[in-house]
Amino acid sequence: MRVIDEERALELRKDFPLIDGSKGIYIDNAATTQKASCVLDAVRDYYLNANANPYRGVYDLSVRATEAHESARRAAAEFIHAGRPEEIIFTRNATESLNLVAFSLSELLLEPGDEILITVFEHHSNMLPWQQAAKRHGAVLRYIECEQDGTITEENFRSMLTPKTKIVSMAQVSNVLGRQYDIKKFAQIAHENGSVFVADGAQSVPHIPVDVQDLDVDFLAFSGHKMYGPMGIGVLYGKMEYLEKMPPFLTGGEMIEYVRRDGATFAEVPHKFEAGTVNVGGAVGLEAAIRYIQSIGLDAISQREEMLASYAMEKMTQIEGVHILGSADPKEHTGILTFTLDDVHPHDVATILDADGIAVRAGHHCAQPLMAFIKKADGRPVMATTRASFSFYNTKEEIDRFAASLAQIRRKMGYGI
Amino acid sequence: MAFNTFYNEILTDHNMHPGNKHKIEDPTYELEGVNPSCGDDIVLQLKVSDDDTIEDAAFVGDGCAISQASADMMCDLIKGQKKEEALRLGDIFLRMIKGEASQEEIDELDEAGCLVDISHMPARVKCAVLGWHTLDEIFKKNS
Repeated sequence: MRVIDEERALELRKDFPLIDGSKGIYIDNAATTQKASCVLDAVRDYYLNANANPYRGVYDLSVRATEAHESARRAAAEFIHAGRPEEIIFTRNATESLNLVAFSLSELLLEPGDEILITVFEHHSNMLPWQQAAKRHGAVLRYIECEQDGTITEENFRSMLTPKTKIVSMAQVSNVLGRQYDIKKFAQIAHENGSVFVADGAQSVPHIPVDVQDLDVDFLAFSGHKMYGPMGIGVLYGKMEYLEKMPPFLTGGEMIEYVRRDGATFAEVPHKFEAGTVNVGGAVGLEAAIRYIQSIGLDAISQREEMLASYAMEKMTQIEGVHILGSADPKEHTGILTFTLDDVHPHDVATILDADGIAVRAGHHCAQPLMAFIKKADGRPVMATTRASFSFYNTKEEIDRFAASLAQIRRKMGYGI
Repeated sequence: MAFNTFYNEILTDHNMHPGNKHKIEDPTYELEGVNPSCGDDIVLQLKVSDDDTIEDAAFVGDGCAISQASADMMCDLIKGQKKEEALRLGDIFLRMIKGEASQEEIDELDEAGCLVDISHMPARVKCAVLGWHTLDEIFKKNS
């Protein structure tokens, strides 16, 4: 493993034209990462040299487009250690992946009165699809509440399972707290209970090695754009035993065998779940992003991001009025530091940081129930927060500038320090 | 760029010491205004006489400095004004935010004119206009 030190990070930044040499500081990587040149080149190369509608044409160009899409499928399968490429379904993003599984799996499994179990810290994309599924099937959506620092004990998890719990869905890494959850353990407990386990990998797959067979999760969703790939391409991994039985989500072209006036038979998995002309360019870009990450090494990436979070935490906790959500241990943050600043609204924090060229996320981070659940020292819910999230290409110097800017905000807003 | 001067003393002072952030006894009208995406939330209260004069204006709520200061400055401006005049000033404010008001018009807004640079900050426009939109809605609902 080649460690990413400051020198190596500066070298790797050259792969990202938007930030290389820029005075701006991009630390909103949990929202989306910057795109590597090799990704953009791969997308361009596909459209310049191999573009045709895949799967349909009998001519050579269409065969090449098909092969490009299938090559990306094999790369994604290899990346998360899926047993076979057919278990990889391409979607637009993690949100669509979660909508797909929530719709089709609930069609397969749910009866009135059944229960779906999620956590209070889920991103809205792993919450609303289940709310909708529960409504459609007369099922009950239940929430596991975490501790204030985001931890969920095995005991707490077990206590929420009942014989009616058909589906459990939770994030491997919280997009707000950055905490990693032991989904291998939780999946095992869920399986013992006869429940299917769905994992939201949007914030884990780009940052830590993920092996779906070792974790033994039944489904895993992630997005390409959070891992240096293009927007508009995502993945749903699912175990074949479920994918084969689940009804389709979207219907139309490309996903059929035979269509009659009174019905249709559907194509084999994964095509059954990929209606319409697929996003070959996006898939090709995702494959390039996967190869790029593999060339750097996920171990090196996660080590670097942990170091950056640790360095930033040390600087931030010295600033009066800053409170970081979640664990006090930077190892439990996966490069995500969400915080409040006393007396100053997160949107004002973000606007003032923006004036210094620093891009952070402010607001509820698509996790409103969590924002209402986490309390400030005075007992009121935080409601909104500011989030800095790092990638391996960020530098200590950028964090120094971020901390220096952050330290000025209360004074700028008229609060004495 | 205007950013570094944007959070000026007028704005921060209205945010920290909002003179109109309190409840009115027996308000004639009351309406909640919310920006769901960022959580800004105010309740605007007006006391209006029979001849449509705004005798008192106040608000309570939570939100960013821009939303709270803007609502406070608005209350200062419309107190003692006729309804039509308040709506005319509101129209100037909204046009100022779109970059469409003249300097003479902006001068009429008094301290609220300090928010002119919001027109360069699209992400914060809804914060600045929350109070003014709520004012507009109050009169629409009660006309």
